[in-house]
Amino acid sequence: MNDREPGGHAAPLTPPTPVVQTHDMHGHPLASLPVKVCTRDVDVFYGDKQALFGVSMDIPDCSVTAFIGPSGCGKSTFLRCINRMNDTIDIARVAGSIEIDGANIYDRGIDPVLLRARVGMVFQKPNPFPKSIYDNVAYGPKIHGLVSTKDETDAVVEDSLKRAGLWAEVADRLDAPGTGLSGGQQQRLVIARAIAVKPEVILMDEPCSALDPIATAKIEELIDELRENFCIIIVTHSMAQAARVSQKTAFFHLGKLVESGPTEEIFTNPRDERTQDYITGRFG
Amino acid sequence: MTDAALPAGASAPDPSAAIKKRLAARYRAERRFRAYGIAAIAVAVAALLVLVGSIVSQAYSAFWTYELALDVTVDPERIPGDPSNPADIQRGDFGVMLQNALRGEFPDETRNARIRELLALSTRLNSATLGRRVADNPALIGQTIRFKMPISDEVDRYLKGQATGRDWVRLDAAPAVTPDADGETAALRLSPADAARIADAVGDAEPSVIVFSNGGAWRLSGPAAQTAEGEQLIAPGAPGVEDRALILSTPEADRRVSDAQIAWTETLRARGDVKAAFNTYLFANTDSREPELAGVFAALMGSIFTMLVTMVLAVPVGVATAIYLEEFAPKNRWTDLVEVNINNLAAVPSIVFGLLGLAVFINFLGMPRSAPLVGGLVLALMTLPVVIISGRAALKAVPPSIREAALAVGASRTQAVFGHVLPLAMPGIMTGSIIGLAQALGETAPLLMIGMVAFVADAPTGVTSPATVMPVQIFIWATSAERAFEARTAAAIIILLSLMILMNAAAIFLRRKFERRW
Repeated sequence: MNDREPGGHAAPLTPPTPVVQTHDMHGHPLASLPVKVCTRDVDVFYGDKQALFGVSMDIPDCSVTAFIGPSGCGKSTFLRCINRMNDTIDIARVAGSIEIDGANIYDRGIDPVLLRARVGMVFQKPNPFPKSIYDNVAYGPKIHGLVSTKDETDAVVEDSLKRAGLWAEVADRLDAPGTGLSGGQQQRLVIARAIAVKPEVILMDEPCSALDPIATAKIEELIDELRENFCIIIVTHSMAQAARVSQKTAFFHLGKLVESGPTEEIFTNPRDERTQDYITGRFG
Repeated sequence: MTDAALPAGASAPDPSAAIKKRLAARYRAERRFRAYGIAAIAVAVAALLVLVGSIVSQAYSAFWTYELALDVTVDPERIPGDPSNPADIQRGDFGVMLQNALRGEFPDETRNARIRELLALSTRLNSATLGRRVADNPALIGQTIRFKMPISDEVDRYLKGQATGRDWVRLDAAPAVTPDADGETAALRLSPADAARIADAVGDAEPSVIVFSNGGAWRLSGPAAQTAEGEQLIAPGAPGVEDRALILSTPEADRRVSDAQIAWTETLRARGDVKAAFNTYLFANTDSREPELAGVFAALMGSIFTMLVTMVLAVPVGVATAIYLEEFAPKNRWTDLVEVNINNLAAVPSIVFGLLGLAVFINFLGMPRSAPLVGGLVLALMTLPVVIISGRAALKAVPPSIREAALAVGASRTQAVFGHVLPLAMPGIMTGSIIGLAQALGETAPLLMIGMVAFVADAPTGVTSPATVMPVQIFIWATSAERAFEARTAAAIIILLSLMILMNAAAIFLRRKFERRW
C-alpha cells in the first residue's frame, strides 16, 4: 500500500473503513449486517404441549427475514415471542433468551408495553380499529406521548401514511372509517399504524394471505422500501414471496428451526433434506 | 353422459338418479324445517296477541271514567280556625259541604235510607281533594265552586254498561202521574203504544223498569200496563230525563247499584253533571281503597326509585366484574369457582334474594322497611349475575384481532380494553343490562319479603320513604274485592308493559347509537 506521500509528510491516517459487505454477488445481503434480534434456545409451551424446541437464530437489522414452513410448524409462535404477544395467552410459557440489541426482552425489568412500541406487528387479517383513518395512525403516537400538539400528530400521520404508500389514496378522507378501505389499503393502513410509533423491528404475520395479487405486490414493494430503516421479520406461506422480499430465510418444521441462511442459499442449495422437500413442494 | 360408458344391461345404479333422489329428500327436509319454524312463530304471535288483546280489552274501560260535577258552597262556618292558615282550612268539614251539594241536587228526598244511597254516589274521600283546593286558594271560602270528582266505582261500572244490561224505550206521550198522598208511590197511566213497547222490551224476564218523565222517576211495581203502579224515586219538577223508560235486565238484588242510584245518575247525566273523561286519577293518584280514586302514581315513583338504585348498583358493578373476569383475571381454580357461582346465582329463585334482603339489609343492617333503597339492593343482587353473564358474552364476542391490534401498537391491557374492546362490546353490555333491569322491574316476590307490599298512601319522595312498586301494586289490586279493580289491574299491567317497552326502546336507541362495525 502506498501510505506515504513523497516529501516525508505524514498523510492523515484514514481510519480503516469497516468492510461491511452487505450484499453477496447476487445483490443479496450477507450475515455481516449488525444483528438486531438474537435468540437462544427458545422453547415455547402451550400448557403441556411444547410448540417450539430450542430455536436459536440471529436476525440482521435493516433487512427482511422470512420464516417459512408448513402450517403448525411454530413460525407464528416464534414471531409472537419477539414482541411478547404470547404473554396475552394465559397458558403460553416461553423459555430461553431473545435479545434485541443485546438486552433480553424476557428479563424482569422489560415492560412488554414499551417493548411493543419498539417491536411493531402486522397481522394476517387487516385489523384497523373501527375509527377514522387518522385516529388509527395517531393512536400509537398518542398513547406513547410521542406527539403533544395537533400539528405534530398531523405530521406523524402524514409521514406514516406516506411511508406506507397510502397517503395519495386517503389524503382527502382521513376522517373516513379505516374499516371502510379495501383489504390491501387496510393492510397498508395497519402498517402505517405500526410505523407511526417508530419501531425498530416490524413483525408481519402472513400480511398478504388475505389479499389479491395486486395488493400483495404493493405490500411487497412497501416491505422492500421499509427494509432500509427497519428490521422486518415476515412469516409467509408463499415461497415465492419469501424469495422475492427476504434477504434471510428460516425454515421451521414441527417446532424446530431446521435451517436458516441467506434466502438465495436456502432456495438454491438447502443443506437439509426437509428444506429441500418443502421448497420443492414435496410436503407442506 | 359418462354412464354411456357402462356396458349395456349392467345393473349398476345410476349415481345421478340417486343423488337427485337424495337431493329431493334434502330439500323436503329443509321445507319441513322452515314450516316448523313458521308454525312456531305463528303460535307465539297468536299467543302474544291473545295475551295483549285480553289485557287491553279488560283495561281499556279503566282509562276513562265518569266524573260528577257539583256546585259546592264552601261554607265558612264549616271551616274552624284561622281561614288564612292552610292547615286550619284542611281541617274543615268539606265532606258535609259535598253531601249538602249532592243533596241539593234532589232536595225533595227526605227518607234517610234514600239519602244514604244518594250520598254513596261519590266517596267521602273526595273531601280531601276539595280541602286541598280551598287551602291552596282561601279566596274560595264563602263562594260556590264547581267541583269535579270521580263518581262511585259501582255507578261508574253501571255507566260503562258493566253492571247491568240497559234498554231505553222512548215514550210517545208523557205518562199521566197521579201521586198518592205520602208521595212514595204514584199511579202512572201510559199510552197503549208505550205500554206495549215497554212490555215488549221487558219480555218474560223480571227486570227493573224505571219510567222517567217531567224530571221525575218511578220504578214500576208490577208488569207494564196502561195503568201501572210506580214507586217514586225522584219527585217531578226539576230538569231530568224526559219521557223515557229504562229497562235494567239485572234485578236490583243482583247488583251493587240500586234503582234509585241509577235514576239519580241518569237524571244528573241529563242535567250535564255526569260526564265521561280521561281517567287522570289512575295516573295522578296514589293507591286508595276506593277504586275510583286509586292510581298508580306512588307505585310508579316507587318503581322508578327502586330501578334507580338497582341501576346505579348493578350496572357498574356488573360491568366492572365482567371486564375483570373476562379481560384481566387469571384463569385458575378461584376464577372458575367465581364463575360457577355467578352462573348459579342467575338461577336462584328471586324470593331467596328477598329473604336475604330481609335478613341482611333490614334485620342485620337495620335499613328501613318498605324502602326503595332495600328493594333496589335486593333487585341489584338479583340482576348482577345477568349483567355479568351478558357483559362477558359481549366482551367475548369482540374479535380478538382488535385486542391484538391495540396491544401490538403498545397499548397497555387497560388501554386496549377500555379504548377498543369495551366500546365494541358496549351495545351488547347495554342490551344485557337493560334486559336484567326489565326483569327486575317486573319482579314481585323478593319485594314482598322486604315489606314493599304495604298500602302506601303518599308517593315516595326518596329512596328511604315507604313505597311499593308497579308489579306489587298490580298484585294488591288483583287481590282486592271491588269489581272495579279488575279493570284497573289490567290498566296497571298496561302501564307496566308500556314502561318496559319504553326501556327496551331506550335500549335499542342506545344500541344503534353505540353500534360500530369492524
